[in-house]
Amino acid sequence: MDMYGELILEHSKRPVASGLRDGHAGEAYHVNTTCGDEVTVRVHLSQTAGADSVLAPGDVTLTDLSYDATGCSISMAATSMLAQEAIGESVADSLDVYRGVQAMLTSRGQDAGDVEEIGDAVALAGVSKYPARVKCALLGWSAYLDALARAGVDISSVKSSIKTP
Amino acid sequence: MSLAFSVGESAQIRADFPILARTVRDEKPLVYLDSGATSQKPRVVLDAEREFYTQHNAAVHRGAHQLAEEATEAFEDARATIAAFLGGNSDEIVFTKNGTEAINLIAYAVSNAAFPGAVDGADLAAAARLSVGPGDEIVVTEMEHHANLVPWQELARRTGATLKWIAIDEEGRLGAPESAISDRTKILAITHVSNVVGTRNDLAPYVAAAKANNAIVVVDACQSVPHLDVTDLTVADSGIDFVIFTGHKVLGPSGIGVLWGRTELLAAMPPFLTGGSMIEVVKMEGSTYAPPPQRFEAGVPVAAQAVGLAAAVRYLQGWGMDRVHAHDEALTAYALEQMATRPWLKVLGPRDAAERVGSVAFVVEGVHPHDVGQILDDDGIAVRTGHHCAWPLHRALGVPSSTRASFGIYTTTDEIDAMMASLDRVVEIFGVNS
Ligand SMILES: Cc1ncc(COP(=O)(O)O)c(C=O)c1O
Repeated sequence: MDMYGELILEHSKRPVASGLRDGHAGEAYHVNTTCGDEVTVRVHLSQTAGADSVLAPGDVTLTDLSYDATGCSISMAATSMLAQEAIGESVADSLDVYRGVQAMLTSRGQDAGDVEEIGDAVALAGVSKYPARVKCALLGWSAYLDALARAGVDISSVKSSIKTP
Repeated sequence: MSLAFSVGESAQIRADFPILARTVRDEKPLVYLDSGATSQKPRVVLDAEREFYTQHNAAVHRGAHQLAEEATEAFEDARATIAAFLGGNSDEIVFTKNGTEAINLIAYAVSNAAFPGAVDGADLAAAARLSVGPGDEIVVTEMEHHANLVPWQELARRTGATLKWIAIDEEGRLGAPESAISDRTKILAITHVSNVVGTRNDLAPYVAAAKANNAIVVVDACQSVPHLDVTDLTVADSGIDFVIFTGHKVLGPSGIGVLWGRTELLAAMPPFLTGGSMIEVVKMEGSTYAPPPQRFEAGVPVAAQAVGLAAAVRYLQGWGMDRVHAHDEALTAYALEQMATRPWLKVLGPRDAAERVGSVAFVVEGVHPHDVGQILDDDGIAVRTGHHCAWPLHRALGVPSSTRASFGIYTTTDEIDAMMASLDRVVEIFGVNS
C-alpha cells in the first residue's frame, strides 16, 4: 500500500501545532458526514478586520493555526501539513498552497504535486486515486478557509472550489 | 467448523452471482463483505427483471391491452410472493422506493391523519391509534439506523409529540422497555437487528410494553429479512403493526422497499404520496382514494423491481431460510472467533453469535476505520467504514466510527480469513501491535 508513506504516518501520529489556543480571529468546525470525523480550526492573524472591511490575504500573516481534530490518518496528516506550511506565512501564500493541494488531490493521479509549492503535502498525492478519500484530505483545509472567512479575510480567490457544510 | 452449505453448494451459490467472479484493485479477487450495505444479485434476479422488460413491459394497473394485463399480473404475483415470504396477505403489502420511504410513509400517514376528512368512514378505533399530538410520545432506540430515527424526529416536530429513546449498553444491547415506554407512548419504532452491532433484539418485551398502551409498533426488518424467517413478526398476535424492509439488501434490485401493515390500520391511514393510480374517484372539488395497498402506491409502480425482488425471495426460499440463517450464524461465530485472537481488535456488540445477525463491526486500536478500510480495499476486500448511518449508536459506544464486515448467502469463511490476514497487515503498517 503505497498511499501510506512515512510522512503521512509521522504527521498523523505527531501532528504539528495541534491543540486549540486562545487569541484567534476566527474559528470553524467542519465534519465529514460520511464518517463523523471532526475538526475545529482557529486562525490567529497579525491584524483584525474592521466592522465592514475585509482583509486582503496578502496583507495578513497567519501568526498561528490551532486546531482540534479527530480523524483518519489522511485527514490528521493533511491538517498537520497545512499547519506546517501556513503558520508564520502570509495568508495569500497559504491560499496558493491550497490551490496546489486541491489540484493535486482532484487530479485522479495525474498531478503529483510540487514540493516547492505545497511542501510535505506532496505525500498525499496517492490519495487522489481514491475519490472517497479526497474529502478526508481536504477536511482541515475547508475548515481553515471557513475560519479565515469568519475572521474577515477575503478568500474569494479560492471560494469557487470550496464547499461549507 | 460446520457451515450450513456444503463446499459444493457454496460454490454453486457463488456461481449464481456474476459479480463475485470479477477482480478489483489490480486483479485481486473480490472479497465482498459489505452485504449489510447492499447485497449482490443472483442471475435469477437479473433475468427476472430483464424478462419483465423484454416480454411484459407495460404500465401496471393502467390500460387493458395484453401487455398491461401481463405486467399487472407479474406485479401482483410479486406482491403475493412477498406477502407469503412475510407471512401476510397481499393486500397488506405496499411497495415503496426503499425501506426509508416505507418508514416515511407511516410517519407521514400518521401526521396526515390529524387533518379533518383524512379517510372517510375509517374505523374509529384504528383512526384514534393514528392520532399523535402534544403530550404523546414516540419511542425509538439508540441503535436505530438514521432511516428509523430521523422520520420520527420529524414527526415529533410536526405534531408536537415528544421523542424518547431506549438507550443501549456498552455491549450494544437495549435497555429495559420501561426506560422509555410509558402510558404516553403512541408509537414504538424499533429495529429487529442492528445494522452495526448486529444485535438481534428480543422484541417481545418492548412490543408488550407498547401494546399495554395500545401504541403502534413499527419494526425495521431491513437487516433481519436477508437472514431470518420473519413470519413470526406478522402473526395475528405478534402485537406488531408494521414491518418494513428494503429490497436491495435481500438480493433484490435497488429501487424497491416493502411495507407490511395490519389491514385495519392501513384502511384507516390517509395517503402519503398522492396522484395517479391511488384514487377511487377524482373530481375538481376533491377526490376519494382507493383501498390499500393501491392507496399508498401513487404513480406507475415499481413493477420490474417487484418482479426482481420476488425472484430474490424465491431464490432464498429455494435454499431455505433456516439454512440461510444457520449459514449466517456460523459465519458470525467464525468471524468472532478469529477476531478474539487479535488483542488489538475490539468487537462492538454482543460476543455471542447466537445474539447477532449479519454483521460484525469492530475497531482496530489506534487505527482509524478509514485507514483500515483503505488497506482492506487494497487487498480487494470490501467492507464498510464510518458511522454506517447510525451516528447516535457510535456515540453511545464511545467510538466516532467503526469498520463493519457483513455477510450474505454467498459469503465464505475463506473470505473472513482473507479479511483477517489483511487486518494483520493493517497493524503492521500502522505499527500498533500489542
Ligand atoms: C437497519 C436499517 N434500516 C433502514 C435502512 C434503510 O434502507 P434504504 O437505505 O434502502 O432505504 C437500512 C439500510 O440502509 C438499514 O440497515
